[in-house]
Amino acid sequence: MAVYKKTYRPYEGESTPGWSRFLVIPRYAIEDLHRSRFLTVFFLASFLYPLFCALYIYIVHSTSMLQLLNLQAVSRAISIGTPFFMSLLGWQSMLALFLAAFIGPGQISPDLANNGLPLYLARPFSRSEYVLGKLSVLVILLSLMTWVPGLLLFTFQGYLEGWSWMMDNARIASGVFFGSWIWILVLTLLALALSAWVKWKPAAGALLFGVFFVAAGFGATVNNVERTKWGDLFNITSMVGSVWVALFGDPDRTGAVFFRVSRDSPIPQWCCYAMLAGLALLCLYMLARKIRGAEVVR
Amino acid sequence: MDPVIELDNLEVRFGERPILKGLKASLTGRAIGLLGPNGAGKSTLINTLLGFHQPFSGTARVLGRDIRTHARAVRGLIGYMPENDSFLAQMSGVRYVRFMAELAGLPRRQALERAHEAFFYVGLGEVRYRALGTYSLGMKQAAKLAQAIAHGPKLLLLDEPTNGLDPPARARMIQLIQEIRDHGDLSLILSSHLLRDVEDCCDQVLILKDGKIAAFCNLEEERRSNRRFLELETRGESNGCFLEAIEKLGCETAPGAQGRLKLILPDGVEIRRLYELAAEQNVQIRRLNHRRDSLEDIFLKAMETPDGGL
Repeated sequence: MAVYKKTYRPYEGESTPGWSRFLVIPRYAIEDLHRSRFLTVFFLASFLYPLFCALYIYIVHSTSMLQLLNLQAVSRAISIGTPFFMSLLGWQSMLALFLAAFIGPGQISPDLANNGLPLYLARPFSRSEYVLGKLSVLVILLSLMTWVPGLLLFTFQGYLEGWSWMMDNARIASGVFFGSWIWILVLTLLALALSAWVKWKPAAGALLFGVFFVAAGFGATVNNVERTKWGDLFNITSMVGSVWVALFGDPDRTGAVFFRVSRDSPIPQWCCYAMLAGLALLCLYMLARKIRGAEVVR
Repeated sequence: MDPVIELDNLEVRFGERPILKGLKASLTGRAIGLLGPNGAGKSTLINTLLGFHQPFSGTARVLGRDIRTHARAVRGLIGYMPENDSFLAQMSGVRYVRFMAELAGLPRRQALERAHEAFFYVGLGEVRYRALGTYSLGMKQAAKLAQAIAHGPKLLLLDEPTNGLDPPARARMIQLIQEIRDHGDLSLILSSHLLRDVEDCCDQVLILKDGKIAAFCNLEEERRSNRRFLELETRGESNGCFLEAIEKLGCETAPGAQGRLKLILPDGVEIRRLYELAAEQNVQIRRLNHRRDSLEDIFLKAMETPDGGL
């Protein structure tokens, strides 16, 4: 029916499958984000380091380029192995934190401030799908910044180095993949939980940084005053760093960029996993309390 | 006729506090009004049908689907226009309606087409590319109606649709609701505390009070009976003969003071016949009224009952 026929008519066409409807949220959100020039530039700039890494991998494997640029000494100093990929992941994950702080607060707080939740949940669309849709906005973008370039570089290096290198260093690939996912899930759940509880977007963004940096500072203070190591349990980046070190299977390393792990008597692995799982559960609980079709005043 | 809504001992509690207390009714109308004072449970009932609140006991069925076991399917049949401001401020009007239609399950192209149609239909065609945050209250109400109908629901839930509207905007909204009721293949439930809105749009009314059903009536039948219920004021010497003559027609009569008379016309007797009899008896009919404001009478009577029972 054309728009000039101003009458109501029911819809009798086909419907999209129920499982795919949560993907409508990231599609619209990413279209909106694309309109922000700052975010677009920031997102594109986040690929500079992986591009530089790709270029380096290419040069290292090209004898003529090494000779031309006179980089033989550099190539001997920087080997392409676990430290190389951990540094890449660390740097990209730090950028992911900034992106999450910019985008995360705008995910749920506007819906709550404008009473938009009943509109979502009055449709064949559940609370879990709503959270999943909002999560996937960040998961898609942060994946493109972390494990996707990491695995592409791993594949590129494996292609140039040979199948045996890939098999010998398979743990790097799994470290990049699972390490990224742990960081992405921690970031996205925290960003969404804060977005659901703090309606003012700048405050929610600042609070996300606060959770990382202020809590880390508090943990360091506890360590110094009490002469203990357990203050690190407040330091989310340190816990993620510990998990990464284990995932990459390199006990000599101390993490990457700002994911530094204490060399002396580090916290047991299970404590790190338990704390991260506890944090994720707390975030899910915070979301479950706020994501409702109607407020209940008891 | 299949019931639109069946309430089967539906009880909803917030903590220990009962809000809906064992509601039992079968609503079959095409347009059903939900009436009641503030706090009667109208919005809670709507929210429960949408699955926002879980029943403590009992259940309800929407177009035959149980809200406990088929909540998602029930929501797939419903278009909901919430009471309060409810929108996504940064979106343009048409994008907002398209987004909502896609969430309801329409493919992209159809959602876009129907979003434009819905916007033209509610009279916002010229402002459909403006951000929702810049809309006036009346425009926001219309945009809420557009998102409720864009995906072509089978049941439309309208929660206080004329809230805050000025008289012309209210008239336009009522006209839209009447058009949807008359031309669309759907049923609607209109929750309001404004008797006039319900009377203008609905053929059945459920009146709630303190979480219970205080009255349930078929307005269509009431209107039909009201059309036969007349109040006359007459002048003339032979009022008694006139009264006898109209009783012979089969009318039930109740004479009052100073020539006033209430009567119920039997089926098949037209009002014209009364004027003919009056002329024959040399009686003047100075005033003839159909009984009006029946919904107000029903509502007030329902509010007077102490515990809100049927």
